[in-house]
Amino acid sequence: MKLHEYQSKFLFAEYGIPIPQGKVATTAEEAYAIAKALGGLVVVKAQVHVGGRGKAGGVQVARDADDARRHAQRILGMDIKGLKVERVLVDPGADIQQEIYLAITNDRGAGKPLVMASMEGGMDIEALNRDRPDAIVREHIEPIMGLQDYQMTYIASAMGLPRAHWRSFGKILGGLYQCYSESDAELAEINPLVITGAGDLLAVDGKVIIDDNALFRQPTLTAQRDTSGEPESERRAREAGITYIKLDGQIGCMVNGAGLAMTTMDMTKLYGDADGIGPANFLDIGGGASPEQVAAALRIILSDDNVKCVLFNIFGGITRCDEVAHGILTAYNEVKPVVPMVIRLQGTNAVEGGKIIDEARIPNITSADTLTEAAQLAVAAVKEGA
Amino acid sequence: MSILIDKTARVLVQGITGRQGGFHAKLMMEYGTDVVGGVTPGKGGEWFEGKPVFDTMRLAVEATNADVSLVTVPARFAADAIMEAADAGVKLVICLTEHIPVADMMTVVAFCKRRGARLIGPNCPGVMTPGQAKVGIIPAMVATAGNVGVVSKSGTLTYEVGFAMKNAGIGISTIVGIGGDPVVGTTFVDVLEMFENDPETEKVALLGEIGGSAEIAAADYIKNAMTKPVAAFIAGRSAPPGKRMGHAGAIVDGGEGSAEEKILALEAAGARVAANPEEIPGLLA
Repeated sequence: MKLHEYQSKFLFAEYGIPIPQGKVATTAEEAYAIAKALGGLVVVKAQVHVGGRGKAGGVQVARDADDARRHAQRILGMDIKGLKVERVLVDPGADIQQEIYLAITNDRGAGKPLVMASMEGGMDIEALNRDRPDAIVREHIEPIMGLQDYQMTYIASAMGLPRAHWRSFGKILGGLYQCYSESDAELAEINPLVITGAGDLLAVDGKVIIDDNALFRQPTLTAQRDTSGEPESERRAREAGITYIKLDGQIGCMVNGAGLAMTTMDMTKLYGDADGIGPANFLDIGGGASPEQVAAALRIILSDDNVKCVLFNIFGGITRCDEVAHGILTAYNEVKPVVPMVIRLQGTNAVEGGKIIDEARIPNITSADTLTEAAQLAVAAVKEGA
Repeated sequence: MSILIDKTARVLVQGITGRQGGFHAKLMMEYGTDVVGGVTPGKGGEWFEGKPVFDTMRLAVEATNADVSLVTVPARFAADAIMEAADAGVKLVICLTEHIPVADMMTVVAFCKRRGARLIGPNCPGVMTPGQAKVGIIPAMVATAGNVGVVSKSGTLTYEVGFAMKNAGIGISTIVGIGGDPVVGTTFVDVLEMFENDPETEKVALLGEIGGSAEIAAADYIKNAMTKPVAAFIAGRSAPPGKRMGHAGAIVDGGEGSAEEKILALEAAGARVAANPEEIPGLLA
C-alpha cells in the first residue's frame, strides 16, 4: 500500500525527521488560506499515486497566496496519467543548497533491509542507479541487530556528507529506520533530503510503501488507504477475496494459482499478439473454486467491456475437475455470459470434468485438452467476433 | 535418488489439528510419508490419526526424534512457528503459509541460518520425492519417480509441468517449491546446487517468474558451475510493470525483474527456455 507524499512526511515527522510545515488542501480556497498563513513563497504539489508529477505540471511554485490559489485551482481535478488530483500539499518554499537521496528498502536477494544514500539527490534514483551506480552508498542492516551507530557514521562519511551535518543526518537516518521498521515498510524514501541555506536538513519529499501482508497490524496506516486510483473492478475483487488485475486485452482469464494465471496470460499473448490480441486480466481464483467463487469472478471479468472471450484454465490437484465443471456450469446459469468461453480442465478427474462440460451442450462453450489448444481457441474466438 | 526428503524423513506437522494441516497430513500419510506427530499449542495429549499431538516443538522433537517440520499455521503465527521449529533442532522446515510480512521473514531467515536449519518457503507447495515421500500439498498424481529435478516458484504451474512430464513418460527425482515471496529461505541456486550434486538427478527443470533477481543468480550458477542440462520457463511475459501478479514477489519494479531479462540470462547461460510450459517435456527428452 502506497502512502501519499503528505502522509509519508507526516509519518516521518512522528519519528523526529524535520519536514516543511505545510498542509493539505482539497479546494483552491483552502490552498489560499494555507499559503497566506505560511507567508512568502510556497510550493503547490499534487498528491497522486504516480511518478512524474512535476513533468505533468502537478508541482508549481507560487510567489504568494493569490498565486497559490490560482495554481491549486488548475492542479485540483487535473488528470495525471489517468489519476484525478483530489488533494494538493501546500509547503513553504525551501532554500535548497544541496539535495541528498536517502532510503531504506527491502533487499530481496540479500533478505535484509538496505540503506541507500547519495549526495546526488532530487533526481530519479533509478536513472542514477543505472548511469552512475558508484554515486550511491549501499549498506545492509542485519535484521536481528538493527541499524548500528557505526553504520550511520560509515554512510555519512562514504557519501561525502560534510562533517557539520553528521549529527543531524544520524538522527534522521535513525528516525527513518525506526519508521521503516515500525511501519512494516517495503520502502521509506526521502528524496530530496535538503541542506538549506541555514545549514539545516529538511525532508522535502517523501515516499512510503507499506507491506500489504503486514496491514493487519498497522490499523492507523491502513485507515489512510486511498483507493481513488484503483479500478472499480479491482476494488470489488479485493473485497470478494479474489486477486484480479485489469489489463488491456480481450481474453478474460480465470485460473487457479498465481503462477499458472500468469502463464495463461502469456499463452494468450503468445498466440494472439500478432493480431493485437492478449489477456484482459490476471485472475487467481485460488483453491477449491466453488460455484459462488466462480460466479463472483465471472461477473468481475465480464464487467470489463473489452472482454470478447473468457478462458478457464484449471489444474485440478486436490480439487477435482468434475466438481469444478459443476461449479462453472452453475456460475454460467447464474451469470449467463454471451461471449464465447473456452474451458480447459486438467489433472484429477479431468476427463469426467470435460464430459460434464460437453454434455451440457452450451453453444458458446468449447472445451480444450491442452493449454496451447485452449489459448489458440480463445484467440480464434476473439478474431471471429471482431 | 532424491534431495531434501526421502522415505526415511520423520515429519512433524505444525498446525496438524487445523483444517488445512489435518487434511494435508492425512494425504501425506496416504502417500507413504512418515508423519510422526504434530504440534498445536493447547492441544498437547490429543491424537491425530493415531499420531501424538504436542503443545510445543521441543516436546515433539524430544519424543519423536523428527528431522523435518511442515508449517501450516496462519500467517500471523507462522514466523513464530518456523523459529520454534528451528530452535527445537529440526534440520528442514517447510512453510506453506502465504501472506507472512516480509520484515518477519528477514528475521526468520537470519535466525534459521544461525540455528543451522534449512527453510523452504514460505508461500510454497512443499517438497515431493515421487514414490517415497511428500511434505506439503503437491498432489500425488502429478509425478512419477525418475531422474529430472524440478524447482519452482509456483504451485499449480509446477503441477501442470509435472503432469505434462508424467504424460510424456518423464519421471522426477524431487520437486522443490521454493515459494513466490520476496524473501524465502531457499533460493533457486541452493536447489540447483543440490541437484547438481545428486547422483540420481540427470536433468533439471526450472520454473521461474517475474520479480526479483533469483533467476539471474540461477543463470550465473548454471553458467559457472552446472554440468547437468537445464530446461526453464519464466511466467509473466505479458505482465505489466509495477503490478503485483498474485504472488507477493511477482512484480517488475523499477525496470528490474522482467521476464525478458531472465529469459535472456538463462539462454546465455546455456539453459533451454520454453515459450510455452507444455514444451518443457520436449526440451527434457
